[in-house]
Amino acid sequence: MPVKAITPDYQGEKLDKFENFHGNQVVYVGWDHHLMFCAPFAYPVSPEMPFQTLLTEVMPEAFGLHPEFQDIDWESVQWKLDEADFIPQPQVALAAQGIGHKSVLRFHTPGLNGYQGAGV
Amino acid sequence: MAAKKLNIKDKYRLLTRDLDWEYSYQDRQAAFPYEEFEGIKITDWSKWEDPFRLTMDAYWKYQAEKEKKLYAIFDAFAQNNGHLNVSDPRYVNAIKLFLSAVTPLEYQAYQGFAHTGRQFGGVGARIACQMQSIDELRHVQTQIHAMSHFNKFFDGFQDFSHMHDRVWYLSVPKSFFNDARAAGPFEFMIAIGFSFEYVLTNLLFVPFMSGAAHNGDMATVTFGFSAQSDEARHMTLGLEIIKFLLEQHEDNVPIVQKWIDKWFWRGARLLSVVSMMMDYMLPNKVMSWKEAWEVYFEEAGGALFKDLARYGIRMPKYADVIEKEKEHLSHQTWWTFYTHGQATGFHTWIPSDEELDWLSEKYPETFDKYYRPRWELAKEMEAKGERFYTKALPQLCTICQVPMLFTDMDNPTQTVYRSSQYEGERYHFCSDGCKDIFDDEPEKYVQSWLPVHQIFQGNCGGPDLTGVLGEFYKMNLGADNLDMKGSPDEQRWNQWKGKA
Repeated sequence: MPVKAITPDYQGEKLDKFENFHGNQVVYVGWDHHLMFCAPFAYPVSPEMPFQTLLTEVMPEAFGLHPEFQDIDWESVQWKLDEADFIPQPQVALAAQGIGHKSVLRFHTPGLNGYQGAGV
Repeated sequence: MAAKKLNIKDKYRLLTRDLDWEYSYQDRQAAFPYEEFEGIKITDWSKWEDPFRLTMDAYWKYQAEKEKKLYAIFDAFAQNNGHLNVSDPRYVNAIKLFLSAVTPLEYQAYQGFAHTGRQFGGVGARIACQMQSIDELRHVQTQIHAMSHFNKFFDGFQDFSHMHDRVWYLSVPKSFFNDARAAGPFEFMIAIGFSFEYVLTNLLFVPFMSGAAHNGDMATVTFGFSAQSDEARHMTLGLEIIKFLLEQHEDNVPIVQKWIDKWFWRGARLLSVVSMMMDYMLPNKVMSWKEAWEVYFEEAGGALFKDLARYGIRMPKYADVIEKEKEHLSHQTWWTFYTHGQATGFHTWIPSDEELDWLSEKYPETFDKYYRPRWELAKEMEAKGERFYTKALPQLCTICQVPMLFTDMDNPTQTVYRSSQYEGERYHFCSDGCKDIFDDEPEKYVQSWLPVHQIFQGNCGGPDLTGVLGEFYKMNLGADNLDMKGSPDEQRWNQWKGKA
């Protein structure tokens, strides 16, 4: 439904378009049922970055503070990309496997239920 | 013989309604260009009931009297070193948050009411908006003066208006008012005059002023008393505008309902910071957030909406979700600030053991199950000398701009993810409430200034976070931010009180 504005055909400037991020795209990553981190993280990363690099070089700095992070069996992790089930290809670039600008990646770690099993 | 003095009714007529005139050589529509584009139909402005029969001369007289008393108390507070009488230095952080998050909104309200006070075709409505506009300006000034005493003794007060325009969490209140002010005058009145001032304001002012009273802050309490009679007028105006719009034309009903839904939701999200202030930041607690919500929204708001039902207005959409969130909101919000304590302009801390027990008692269904474990983890990390500060930036909701911290009320350890596509681009939201607002007017919200994205785009200084916080936000790093424990605020307090 279009905005009702006093200016005809009003259209605000899109502040978050890909072109504004100097070659990076924003990718959000959330760990299901692990609320030690209050919200999913936002990462500015190259669309050309292989998935493996995101996993081993970008994510550990922040996620690594969680006491269960080192126990994750990455083979059994269940991923969702933009709400659909997803199987990442480690050596393929993010954009090439559909992880685009402002995509959401969620991962679920069966058997790991957060600090004290409380979803923390 | 004519009376020497005009009676109140005549005086009122002459000083308000009589100030309007018929347009003989100009087009009236051109004089009030904002009146029609929102789709609201006004058939007869003369039906407007003036919510308070106050004339400008009486207004100045009353306000001047209040001002005299108020400033006498501020002086006494300063001369008697009133800051030494607060319950605990942690309390002062609630005031820092108020000054940077809420006080600048009073200024935005002043600007917003000045605009609507010009744009309404009806003179009665214009005068009422004008008076509220002046009130709001007075509230900015008196709040700044009430809190200025603390600026001499505590960190974090120095650049509140600069911070309001830039700091990540302050984009939440700032964008709320920017959204209202960028709307037409009728939506502004439903957003601020009705939803905020009438439905939600008690949840902000009552806990805040009672919080000040319970924690020995006489300057802020006195400001509260001085603003109270104004707030009562603002509530009356909020109620009048909604009844007037609903009575003017039946076509207005769905438009007004849509605005109520939107602004109730935006208001509830805005109040997240108040919830954590009540439950976590006040050393002497007034009541829990949950109790406040029950008294001031469920009971009072419930009665109001029952009253409005005869116009065809129903409870705001998603009020049921917010009712469930009252069990979770303050815990999730304070945890967000605690874990981002390196990037906040005030101090954060782990609740004391007594406070944790108080929270268990007030939130028997949720606190021990979901939230106490977080604090146990935080304590464990602190004991190891590794105070927990999150190391990456959070995803934000495009509408409310709050980090995506809200969880599914039927599955409270799972973050809610909602998104929409618009012209090939994805937009993300914390809730159905925020998603609906976007989907209704995407052209407006594609321009949301989301602090995390702005940092990534290089628009907030940098290149690292220290540059953003220190240079762009103007926080004094190591003094304004980080944990209460070991802060200069705490050290000074201990010196004043002769503690180690």
